Amino acid sequence: MEREFFLLLSGVATISALLVVLARNPVHSALALVACLVQIAALYVLLGAPFLAVIQIFVYVGAVMVLFLFVIMMLDVRKEAQARYLRNAAFPGLIVLALLAAELFTLLMQSTRLHAALGAGQPITEQPSVEALSLLLFQDFLLPFEVASVILLVALIGAVVLARPDEATAAGKTGKPHSGGRR
Amino acid sequence: MIPTFWYLILAATLFVIGAAGVLLRRNVLIVLMSLELMLNSVTINLLAFGHVLQDLRGQIIAIFVIAITAAEVAVALGILVALLRNKHTLEVDELTILKG
Repeated sequence: MEREFFLLLSGVATISALLVVLARNPVHSALALVACLVQIAALYVLLGAPFLAVIQIFVYVGAVMVLFLFVIMMLDVRKEAQARYLRNAAFPGLIVLALLAAELFTLLMQSTRLHAALGAGQPITEQPSVEALSLLLFQDFLLPFEVASVILLVALIGAVVLARPDEATAAGKTGKPHSGGRR
Repeated sequence: MIPTFWYLILAATLFVIGAAGVLLRRNVLIVLMSLELMLNSVTINLLAFGHVLQDLRGQIIAIFVIAITAAEVAVALGILVALLRNKHTLEVDELTILKG
């Protein structure tokens, strides 16, 4: 039963991931990515990590993708957003991709020996609880946790500073028309 | 019990699809979304190994990956808004300011 669930979820995730890359309209891409992220969250539940599934839905679907959609709709992307593929790099890019994919899958196919050396996975007797996870996070990984919070604060300030309207450009607009868009 | 190998195959497939988006698409927004896809495939790998080895550290690292991704998206979209304000294009092969 678990395998059927896995096959269903991974199939839908792969199809929607393909849609992300192939869709013409960026809004369609973003919606396909939302679908893909929800499938991945369901896969996290299958992997015995329900807390991560909740975080995935909160952070990715709730915040990151809403931010993406907001930016797509805020920026006036009429013509340039419809551009499909790189003009000159499509063929070399495809060759690089095929090589990378072949290498990745060959390594995975050969990894059964490594897996045998590591020992087969023992069946889960009890689900690791959120309690154990939080104890580990706030005891052993307290310093990385604090560093991550500082990084989030810096990113917040950086995003505000970057997206703020430029003072020189604004002054140029009210005074004389500024030349070009370059600084 | 699902074999771990299946999870690795799924993650590799998603990673390759994301790499295809980064390498082939011209739109900056879709390149960023493909990056999200690649990061998610890495998180699937972390959770699969944590599940097999009965180790919670995989989940801890996955939490950090998600937090850093949120920061990255905020900064990247801020850069994108500033970029569009100065150069009215979204195509990656026209954004050549850093070339000098």
